Amino acid sequence: MKKMTLQVRDLCTSFFTDKGEIKAVNNVSFDVPKRGIIGIVGESGCGKSMTARSVMRLIKYPGRIVSGSITLEGKELTRLTESEMANVRGEEISMIFQEPMTSLNPVMKAGRQVQEVVMLHRKVSKKEARAEVLRMFEKVGISEPEKRYECYPHELSGGLRQRVMIAMAMICRPKLLIADEPTTALDVTVEAQILELMRNLRDEIGTSIMLISHNLGVVAEICDYVHVMYAGRVVEQAETFELFDNPRHPYTIGLMNAVDSLERKQAVLDTIPGTVPNLLGLGEGCSFAPRCGRRTGRCDQMSELIEVVPGHLVRCHCHRQEVR
Amino acid sequence: MATNILKRVGQTVIILIGVALLIFIMLRIIPGNAIVTMMGEHANPEAIVRMTAELGLDQPFYVQFWKYITGVFSGDLGTSYSLNRSVSELIAASFPNTLRLAIAAALFAWTLGIVCGIIAAVRKNGLLDHLFMGVSLLGVSVPVFMVAMVLQYFLAHKLQLFPISSGSAGWIGYVLPAIALGWNSAGSIARLTRSTLLEVLQEDYIDTARAKGYKQLPVIMRHGLRNAVLPVITMMAVQLSSLLSGAVICETIFSINGIGRLAVQAIEGRDIPLLQGTILFSTALVILGNLVADCLYSLLDPRIRKEV
Repeated sequence: MKKMTLQVRDLCTSFFTDKGEIKAVNNVSFDVPKRGIIGIVGESGCGKSMTARSVMRLIKYPGRIVSGSITLEGKELTRLTESEMANVRGEEISMIFQEPMTSLNPVMKAGRQVQEVVMLHRKVSKKEARAEVLRMFEKVGISEPEKRYECYPHELSGGLRQRVMIAMAMICRPKLLIADEPTTALDVTVEAQILELMRNLRDEIGTSIMLISHNLGVVAEICDYVHVMYAGRVVEQAETFELFDNPRHPYTIGLMNAVDSLERKQAVLDTIPGTVPNLLGLGEGCSFAPRCGRRTGRCDQMSELIEVVPGHLVRCHCHRQEVR
Repeated sequence: MATNILKRVGQTVIILIGVALLIFIMLRIIPGNAIVTMMGEHANPEAIVRMTAELGLDQPFYVQFWKYITGVFSGDLGTSYSLNRSVSELIAASFPNTLRLAIAAALFAWTLGIVCGIIAAVRKNGLLDHLFMGVSLLGVSVPVFMVAMVLQYFLAHKLQLFPISSGSAGWIGYVLPAIALGWNSAGSIARLTRSTLLEVLQEDYIDTARAKGYKQLPVIMRHGLRNAVLPVITMMAVQLSSLLSGAVICETIFSINGIGRLAVQAIEGRDIPLLQGTILFSTALVILGNLVADCLYSLLDPRIRKEV
């Protein structure tokens, strides 16, 4: 049995609006093994970011975690007070956000924003903290760290800003790094560099990583294990190779067909018909059924997660059908 | 930065000349004759002509203006007709009183406004938020004279905690006028602080700050406030220059001999040089206030520093 950094069990996060309860995260369970990189994939609005924010306990009003358990190396996070949780953030779990353009404070020097994290969690002098930041800048591949330290965010490129964000996230050597679409706003070349950097830091510091992405390519690149989410639920989970070789859920298959590849000589990409359902008032049945080409009468009842191959689970009644 | 400031000062001079010209023209268009007011309805017509010539009012308009504007740049704003003293001297004598009142009012208004605004934003839709916003609505809608007279009646007359007339009472005499004058400003500052802070708290970098491990209050103080404060500073600059250019009503109610009262005197006496002087002085203060606000901006926001 592998050691787990993070264990999430039956997590439910809902938003309580005037129109009713929106179940953004619905009974989600997953593990992040020590030094492992897991991916959570899905379309916009499938609940992947909310899952990440739930782990950080940064859900904005009117949302809140309704039930479930989140344990970080045995520590139950859902039961911590707000102040105890603040101490966990940045120190034991840290997070990188999607938009490096807006995730840094525009009126504070880049170096100072990283230095703050050190000062907040470690008892060091300003000078020591600064030295630490410069070392970290070098580690994340920021050239001329002294000069960049004094730069304001608007003076840095998108890639550099994301490197600053990564430096900020990794400087306290957290047990878990949550990266919410870390490369979505970046060029493809920079994307590859950032992914490489995250993998290197994992090897060096030993941090486990939870990567949120809508991009299957990114996930295939870096993750050991993948969870596919749809309408707030995990619909399929497997090791990366297994999932790509042998996808079972119609939604996963749809996602993969919608990705361009060099081997396929096809003028038009496949798309999944329809859109993500309104999470307000989801019925009993499978939430993908309205868009699914293989729906049957049984789809009026949501399937359980069924283990088709050891370690490969799928939430579909038609899981036995081989597809490719 | 230095060249930018120089450029702004140059602009300021041009604006001031324009304003001086405008005041000059306006005061000559309005009906009424200063000489007649000075010498009485039944004055000897000859004496009126002599007086007009003596004051140079018979000269062509552009000559008068040229004399005036060259005087202004050497610090001479002319001589008051009604008080027979140099206008610059009169302004210099009353400005300290106005300055004291303005500073007291601004301190009161800004401290109260910003603190209440922050608390209201943090406790959005809570009891304190509703309370502060209700009171601040009163603040922006109740006129100065009303607040002034209510305060004067209850605190000064009934309870005798403060002097009724502030002119000779020292700092304590400025408490009530400052509250009366600052009341409006406090209300608008509180509302603006609340709304800009709430907007800033939705920004992504606030999430980043929380993800770093900051608790709520430090997040607001370190990362929220500095970003929220820019529009508030603009408002403060506008408020300060209007406070400095004389609170006519407040100064009159509490008998403070400031710029506001001087202007009222000038109007009553058709004292054109004095009126010209007070208006020009106030205009200069407003422009100066905006200049200071712009400089503060670039100090607070590095993105502006480059552009200005």
